[in-house]
Amino acid sequence: MQPGLSFEQAPPISVPFRFFLTAPLFGMAAGLLLLWQGPAALASRWTSVALALTHLLAVGFMLQAMCGALLQMLPVAAGANIWQPKRVTHLTHAGLTFGTLMLVGGFLGEQALLFKVAVPFMTVSLGAFALIVLVALFRTPARGPTIIALRIAVFGLIVTISLGATLASAFGWQLALPLTEITHVHAAWGLGGWSLLLVAGVAYLVVPMFQLTPPYPLWLTRAYSVALFFLLAGWSITWLPLQRPQGLQAALACAAALLPVTFAAVTLRLQGQRRRKVTEPTLLFWRVAMACLIVAACGVILQQLSPGEEDYAGTPFLLGVLLMVGVFMPVISGMLYKIMPFLNWLHLQKIGKPGLVVPNIRQMIPESRMLMQFRLHMAALALLLAAVPLPLLVYPGGLALIASCVWLEWNLVVATRNFARFSRELEERLAAEAAA
Amino acid sequence: MSGITSALHNHHKLCDEDFADAEDAARKGDWAACGAAYGKFRDELLAHFGVEEDVVFPAFESRTGMAGGPTQVMRGEHVQMRDLLQQMDAALAQKDADGFGGAAETLLLMMQQHNMKEENILYPMIDQAMGQDGELASRIAAGLGA
Repeated sequence: MQPGLSFEQAPPISVPFRFFLTAPLFGMAAGLLLLWQGPAALASRWTSVALALTHLLAVGFMLQAMCGALLQMLPVAAGANIWQPKRVTHLTHAGLTFGTLMLVGGFLGEQALLFKVAVPFMTVSLGAFALIVLVALFRTPARGPTIIALRIAVFGLIVTISLGATLASAFGWQLALPLTEITHVHAAWGLGGWSLLLVAGVAYLVVPMFQLTPPYPLWLTRAYSVALFFLLAGWSITWLPLQRPQGLQAALACAAALLPVTFAAVTLRLQGQRRRKVTEPTLLFWRVAMACLIVAACGVILQQLSPGEEDYAGTPFLLGVLLMVGVFMPVISGMLYKIMPFLNWLHLQKIGKPGLVVPNIRQMIPESRMLMQFRLHMAALALLLAAVPLPLLVYPGGLALIASCVWLEWNLVVATRNFARFSRELEERLAAEAAA
Repeated sequence: MSGITSALHNHHKLCDEDFADAEDAARKGDWAACGAAYGKFRDELLAHFGVEEDVVFPAFESRTGMAGGPTQVMRGEHVQMRDLLQQMDAALAQKDADGFGGAAETLLLMMQQHNMKEENILYPMIDQAMGQDGELASRIAAGLGA
């Protein structure tokens, strides 16, 4: 079997861009929700507001951007071709966007009907997406740690979707299910099994590539994704028996949390050894993200070692902010600032011809604007973390989160508009040359 | 990595240092250092393209009959990277730090994803198709100046 040998399968530029341009809108919505609810948003992780907030960031922002990036990356980085990329994109983007709105609406309004609508939309669109990507990842002739990490990550996404659909069905159809237990497992697979492994698989490729660092050590890339998968799977099984083996469960959770600590520490060390001396926004975003990952994973370990502490409502909020605002949003922003300019350039190349100078990637989004968004995002992170002891800070924190997402959106719009402008200019130059 | 392409694979990493030095020197406005490092980088890169286009790809194409496939895509990307080198040449001549840095970063991303496709997909295919061809291996080594 020799599938997908034409590497030219990069999808049209509108495929990933629609995901990227949608993601920050959900981030803004999360900020608005924080402003609206104020300190009440921090009261407990089980309130409908907290659940809405979590899903605005985890599904609306993170998953949205991750799906777009994965659809774009697979053909280029993994030689894995997506079946019917255009149709899959339309279906995934529409289903995900509409499904997120219904889900968040369901939480906020406590409306069973909205859950009943969200379940089929999200399950069909995301489930189809995950299966198609998984098939592509198994058919690719490419090998290596990234492919293995991505396969396990997508499997993790399928587990997350299945459990999420189960939970939402329980809300929609009033099913009697052990909701707390399922929620713990759902969140662990979503953040650990899917998001963290996706970041790792991508990092193995892009950390050495963007900064010219040494490659990730083989012991890490060989062990990390497989070990995380088995520890998560083992930990998930400990939730099944009525008599929960609490010692074993905590031990497995601690072992699983040590893996991201190692991954983040190695990444920071590699970046410290980089040969490129240029400090750019993407590098700053990644370094903050890795530092937050270490703190968050250590937080999980501390929480496991001191049972009872999880009753303190501040801990989940702290961990949620660290992971979503501190780790994943920065990694995604940093990646978008590389992916969108590069895609612009790549697609402009197709209009031009050899010898015709196409604007380079630094001309797509001004670096000063990216740095401004980085600062706004750091302010949001610091204020939201500080809001745990000082709840009134949730207001400036929410405002800073909105500002960061507005700035991000605007930067991405600038990139999109520059693509249109440069395309037009290139075509005019070609026409002028042809006429001369 | 014992196949015929291992020399090409290793050569990919060789130019990184010179690239980083050239980029840093341009940023600092040290155009003499930039010119020296960039010159070395450019020569290595062009030698690499040359070996692939003149030696490795034709041998693979005639062995497998796959002339319009991945090797064609790789040749197209070489053209794009040569264009970027020309932009860097021009920026270097005009001592234009922004132009040099922008073209350099574009080339870096282009080069890295190009290498990734070669290392993950094309080189393994070539190794499989060509087996242990001693004559081809020595022509590769000669072309890379190894």
